[in-house]
Formats: sequence, structure tokens, C-alpha cells
Amino acid sequence: MTDLSPTASAAPITPALSPVIQVEDAAVALGGRTIWQEVQLSVQPGEFLAILGPNGAGKSTLLKAILGLIPLSHGTISVLGHPARRGNAAIGYVPQRRHFDADVRVRGRSIVRLGLDGRDWGLPLPFLQRGKAREARRRVQEAIDLVGAEAYADRPIGELSGGEQQRLLIAQALVTRPRILALDEPLDSLDLRNQQGVAGVIQQISRETGAAVLLVAHDINPILPAIDRVVYIAQGQVAIGTPEEVITTETLSRLYTTPIEVLRTSDGRIVVVGQTEEEVSYHAHRLR
Amino acid sequence: MPIAFADTLSPSWDLVADIQILLHYHFMQNAYLAGTLVAVIAGFMGYFMVLRSQSFAGHSLANVGFAGATGAVLFGIPSIAGLFVAGVLAAVGIQTLNLAENNRQSDVAVGAVFTASLALGFLFIALATSEYAANVYDVLFGNPLGISDGDVVIIACSTLVLVGAFVLIARPLFFASIDPDVAAARGVPVRTLGFVYLVLLALVVAVAVQVVGVLLIFALLVTPAAIAQYVTTRPLVAAAVAVLLSLIFTWIGLAVGYFTPYPVGFFITTFAFGTYVLVRSGRFVLNRVRQRWLASPGDSSIGGAA
Repeated sequence: MTDLSPTASAAPITPALSPVIQVEDAAVALGGRTIWQEVQLSVQPGEFLAILGPNGAGKSTLLKAILGLIPLSHGTISVLGHPARRGNAAIGYVPQRRHFDADVRVRGRSIVRLGLDGRDWGLPLPFLQRGKAREARRRVQEAIDLVGAEAYADRPIGELSGGEQQRLLIAQALVTRPRILALDEPLDSLDLRNQQGVAGVIQQISRETGAAVLLVAHDINPILPAIDRVVYIAQGQVAIGTPEEVITTETLSRLYTTPIEVLRTSDGRIVVVGQTEEEVSYHAHRLR
Repeated sequence: MPIAFADTLSPSWDLVADIQILLHYHFMQNAYLAGTLVAVIAGFMGYFMVLRSQSFAGHSLANVGFAGATGAVLFGIPSIAGLFVAGVLAAVGIQTLNLAENNRQSDVAVGAVFTASLALGFLFIALATSEYAANVYDVLFGNPLGISDGDVVIIACSTLVLVGAFVLIARPLFFASIDPDVAAARGVPVRTLGFVYLVLLALVVAVAVQVVGVLLIFALLVTPAAIAQYVTTRPLVAAAVAVLLSLIFTWIGLAVGYFTPYPVGFFITTFAFGTYVLVRSGRFVLNRVRQRWLASPGDSSIGGAA
């Protein structure tokens, strides 16, 4: 519970223009290979950022660096004015997801609760701290309501669909009322209807809670209406700007150092052509 | 007087009298005391084992105890110490072999450690003389009726340590078990907890072996927890149910074992297994009925088959 107080007390004194995340000339090297470098990024409160790029380009690495899970080889990252560190309750994190096994028979509500006090040592004593227990239950309920998961929050999580599990995991990330939401491919492995549903939930949360959202995605189209800016990572280079600025034939061709064509369909969807070979080779790399 | 009781060694419908008969002898008092302590801690431990899908690791770690116990006999140290040392060594081995795997246990590493330790136990038996043959049976299947006062004290102290440790790490361990990636991001020391868990498991095994033996320990560790998961999805309640079931199996197993000429371990295991089968099949039937109900009344036969 103690980890909540900074979040709660920090909320009212948000200076309108001080960035929640400040990345200065950052680089990450893993196993001697530079993943990306010279990254300059400043995220404002309430901003919705999509992190795009081919597999293995280092999208998840960027999230993990902000979470303090991966050290930088150069530069600095500060989160809410402090250096990035592991276990920061101001960031709600949903990692890249494999599903819960069907035999995990724990109700979703308990899994959401873990976001609140899962790392605390000792056991809670509800009969001694009634107020605290009630507050915790209320917080969990609030997060479940935010993602619209009330109908199945008490069912075993292993029996739920991918979209339902994803919503509960977002609720788990939300339960500390974070200033930043870091979501790693939350729409992957969902069908189209659930992709739109979960994307809508994330957009609504960012509007209602004022949290900045960093969302790693494979396909920009389901989230296109929601995003403010795009961070596009390819071949160690990073381009940042609005979707109209970044996802263009010129910018992507420069990033990939190979001709790329960006097409916009009549219904506003974006199609990127010409990176198939790249995708395949990155795929092979990712499998190791 | 004991002879008079031996004549009336059959249970009546008078429950109070039965319990009096049951607890008349000191060895039975010790058996119940030790059995109760072991059941409590094994049930709780088991919940995490099922949650972590580590029942194979648990089973293997228990079997490693075989080498520990036979080695203890050979080197003349207390068997509980031998069991614990062997278990901790195996935990270190499993953890080291798994370092490459990302926060997950690999069955291959566990199996390799497990088989190597069985071979070692085999060697220890061969080195020891034949008079330990009976001892091997006790290690494999337990001998709850031969628990001394000293054993009870050791079991009680170990239980105290285990309960304390579990209360301390229960929540982070639960988090790390169910979702290691998020737990790690939240600052939970996932890998350290995984190792601490295996060490605690080694201690549970060392303590429990006297009651149920290394081969039958599964009945108290995994089966009650597996049943509990089908009864409730609330973690604390499930752990409590697992403990309760563990207790019931042990108590009834000891009683039936006392009133019949057959071994206690058999009854504990069989009650656990029987309940597991009952709950699983009950669940299956319930799901079928529910599906039939949910199907529209018009084509209930099709809905039921789907």
C-alpha cells in the first residue's frame, strides 16, 4: 500500500507542461548489438503514443528501458522527474502477452488486486484494517469498471477469452492509478472486434484518468483514431511525430534505407508496402 | 489395560469413544500431532505448487529425499537432516540448470536432477547393509506410527519456521507464480522467490516424509490443492480449503489405518485420490448440465452435445 502514496500525492501538483517521461540521447545495447540510439523523446501528461516498427526493432526494449528493466548504454531516461527505476508504481505495465493457461483457476478480481499490493510482504489482515481493506476493494472495483470487465471478473481467468484476459490485465495495471500506462502489444492475438474494443477502452482510460499511454503495436490501424504521436523504430533509427508526419513514404524509406510505399485507403487506413523481406528476417531473428 | 483395548479395537458408532481409543496410545498421539502439522504445511505449500505448475518439480524434489534419507543412514546423521540437505542441493541444482530459462522451470533440468539423485540413493542402499531394508520402506512410504517425541519436536519447529516464512512471502510469491513478467516489473524478486520456494519445499518434504514417505507425499502436497482449485477461485480460500482437505485426509487415513491392519499411507493417498476423482467428475457433470441449460430449449439435444 505504501507504494501508492507517491502516486496519489503527486497527482494534484501536475505542472501542465512538465513531461512525464523525458528520454535524452538514449541508446540500448544488448549482447554487444546496439538496438537503437540517439533517441530523444518527451511525453506529455495524457498523451497517447504508439510505438511501431518491425519485429525485433526494439519496441519492447524501449518500454522496458522506461520501466527501468533494461539499462541504457548511453543517455538518460527520467520518469516524473526521477531516473527510470524498476517497480515504479507510477507506471502501469502490461507486458507482451501469452495467454493464461486454461488450468489457471484464479478469479480475475484477485489478479487485478495483485497490481495494488501483490509485491507487499506479509499477509493482509482485513479484520484489523477494515478501512484499508475496503479502500483496496473499491480501487479494484473501480479498475474493473474502467475496463468494463465486471461481468466476468469473478470467473477463473484461464477460462476467459484473450480479449477478456487483456482487459483484466489492463485493469491490473490501472489499479494504482498510474500516470503512465505502458502496454506491450495489447492488441496482438485478438480478433478484430476485440482489437477495437480494447483499443477503445485504452483511449477512454487515457481520457478519463489523464494517464499518458505508450502502446507498442504491430498494426497502427485499430488505434489510429486514438494516437497523438508515433514512435517508429527501424534498423536502430527512430522517427517521432504525428502519424501524418512519420508514416510517410519518405520517412519510412529513410528509416529502412530501402524504398517503402505508404498508401492511405479511402476509409483512412494505412497500408505499408515493401517491408516484407525485412519482416521475415526480423522474425527469424526474434525466434533466436 | 492395553490388552483390553486391543480386544475392543473396532470402531463403534460412539464417536467420542472411538477418538478415545484412537488417542489412547502415545504413538498414536504423536502420529496425530505430526500428521496435523505436516498436513497444514503441505496443503498450503501445495497450493503454490499447483499454481506454479510445478507438481513435477515437487514430486522430483520429494524423490530426491530418497537419496537424502538413505545417505543419512549411511553416514549416521539424522534422517531429517539428510532429507533437508539433499532437497536444498537439488533445489540449487534445479535453479542453476534453469538459469538460462527465463523465470520458468524446465522439466528436463528437474528430471535430470531427480534421476541422478535416485541413482545416488540406489548406491547408498547398496553400500549400507541389508538391515536398512526396512528403513527404505519407511522412506518411500512413510511410517507415521513410528514417530518419536523428538521427531514431533523437530516437526513442530520446522512447521513454525515454514508458516512464518510463508506468511512473509505469500503475496509476492503468488504474484510471481501467476505472472512472473509483471511481478518482476513491479519489483518482486521473482528468481530469488523461486529459489526460496524450492528450499522451503525441501524442508516440507523432509518433514512430511515421516508421515507419508517420498513416494506418497503427492497425496498431501498436490491432490488437496488441485481439488481446492475446483472448489473456489479465491486464492486465500483455496489455500485454506487445501489445508483443510489435507487435514481431513490425514486424520481419517490415520484412523482407518489404526483400526485395520493396512498401512496408513495407502488410506491417506486413496482418500485424496478418491476425492479428486469425485470433484473432477462432479465438475464435469455440472458443466454439461449448465451447457444443456444454456442451450435454447428448442434444440436442447444439439446444444447438449456441443
